[in-house]
Amino acid sequence: MEPIIEVKHLVKRFGDFSAVRDISFAVEKGEIFAFLGPNGAGKSTTIKMLTTLLRPTSGTITLAGHDPARDPEEVRRSFGIVFQDPSLDDELTARENMDFHGVLYGVPAKLRRTRIEELMKFVELWDRRDSLVKEFSGGMKRRLEIARGLLHHPKVIFLDEPTLGLDPQTRNHMWSYLQELNKKEGITVFFTTHYMEEAARIAQKIAIIDHGTIIASGSAADLTAQTGTASLEDAFLKLTGSAIREEESSATDRLREHLRVRNGGRR
Amino acid sequence: MHTIYIMWLRELKRYFRSKSRIIGSLGQPLLFMLALGYGLGSVFRAAGDGSYFQFLVPGIVGMSIIFTAIFSGIQIIWDRQFGFLKETLVAPVSRLTIMTGRTLGGATVASIQGIIVLAISMAFGFRPTDWWLAPLALVFMLLVALLFTALGTGIASVLEDMQGFQLIMNFLVMPLFFLSGALFPLSGLPPILAGLTLIDPLSYGIDSFRAILVGSSHFGLGVDFLVLALVTSAFLAIGSYLFSKIQI
Ligand SMILES: Nc1ncnc2c1ncn2[C@@H]1O[C@H](COP(=O)(O)OP(=O)(O)OP(=O)(O)O)[C@@H](O)[C@H]1O
Ligand SMILES: [Mg+2]
Repeated sequence: MEPIIEVKHLVKRFGDFSAVRDISFAVEKGEIFAFLGPNGAGKSTTIKMLTTLLRPTSGTITLAGHDPARDPEEVRRSFGIVFQDPSLDDELTARENMDFHGVLYGVPAKLRRTRIEELMKFVELWDRRDSLVKEFSGGMKRRLEIARGLLHHPKVIFLDEPTLGLDPQTRNHMWSYLQELNKKEGITVFFTTHYMEEAARIAQKIAIIDHGTIIASGSAADLTAQTGTASLEDAFLKLTGSAIREEESSATDRLREHLRVRNGGRR
Repeated sequence: MHTIYIMWLRELKRYFRSKSRIIGSLGQPLLFMLALGYGLGSVFRAAGDGSYFQFLVPGIVGMSIIFTAIFSGIQIIWDRQFGFLKETLVAPVSRLTIMTGRTLGGATVASIQGIIVLAISMAFGFRPTDWWLAPLALVFMLLVALLFTALGTGIASVLEDMQGFQLIMNFLVMPLFFLSGALFPLSGLPPILAGLTLIDPLSYGIDSFRAILVGSSHFGLGVDFLVLALVTSAFLAIGSYLFSKIQI
């Protein structure tokens, strides 16, 4: 096995606030990897650096053999992404959004047509293919974004909270599709979610990030064993504390975090 | 190539789908054309400069082009806010290609807007001196449109949100328009004003429209073309550089 994503001492500061503080991890080729953490932990910021949208403050990234900061175009050729935030063009129809993506990613016309139909049927939007996206509900937009993310088959696919706001049917449907793709084409899957049972069920490897630092990693079984808990959800709560995340963490929070970093959650 | 086409097509689709934008952006040029054209006509004639309406129309065509073009360029801010920009920024195509497609699309839209205004002005009695030069007018309209779309793109690439939009309208677009000689002849101006009109690229655009449509020019069509081509290339280069540096 060789890593397809390798991150070393990655740091991202916004002004004097550190969103990501010296994280290092690797994702193997063909792996399904979950990146978990409370709100504001630094998950999306890390994904943005991996996907060339943000420049790291320091540290190195290698994705499919290239550095996103130095060689963004090469890196962009090897991944696909479903963003956490909306990313559709509301003024275009559902099919136009799909088609646009297909052209941008160089999917040949014939394959594009068949795959668009297949995927739009898959997320049950084929009947609404010619509606403008601005007429869609939140869940419908999300489904369209997921279908769009699957239109081309990259080496790595990033999914930032893909299942947020989706009904359980679509969620299950989506995961089985992704697992199939992962098995058949060896596509590496990198995702974040706040549904712990989803992560436990799907991911082969998990990393937990909190306040910009990775505090634990391993398989779901590793994590429950490490923390002596019964489920990934309990392990997650034990590792990250049960306080709700505010913009600024309280003094005790920072102290707790400091201790944890010093005592070294497993890297 | 395909990417440029699809980016271009997107701009056109968005334009033709928002009827309110087309009609809304015709209102202002029409108002200027009719109120000023008829209102100042007698003063202008008395000064011995001929028909003000004939003089004004190329200026108003330039006005609608610069407004539409900068607005198209600035759309990037909207795309950023509604999130679609990310989709194009992570695509495996160079940002130069994306920027080129967008800019061509915005410039096409702006030129169409200019043509509509020109057509309307004919309904009110405007007559070009030489119909054979019409295709040449199109070339210059597209050039001016490209220049200002690229400018809009460059500006929008460094702005985070729409807060700065009003600022741009008031401190960039309006001065560019009023100092361009769209409304008054460039000869015999006080030195400071004359200097300002000289550094306003729109002056050369509108001068070229006048040269082609009504056969009167201040700088000469050759100078107009040179200046416009140079400034357009510079803005395209700066615009694509800034666009390539966008972070989200
Ligand atoms: N552009 C920015 N400027 C300043 N601070 C930012 C910026 N982007 C993110 N942050 C901050 O960085 C921290 C990490 O944000 P990030 O979006 O990575 O969190 P996340 O783990 O994805 O959280 P969530 O689960 O809520 O999506 C947050 O405190 C956020 O406020
Ligand atoms: Mg996030």
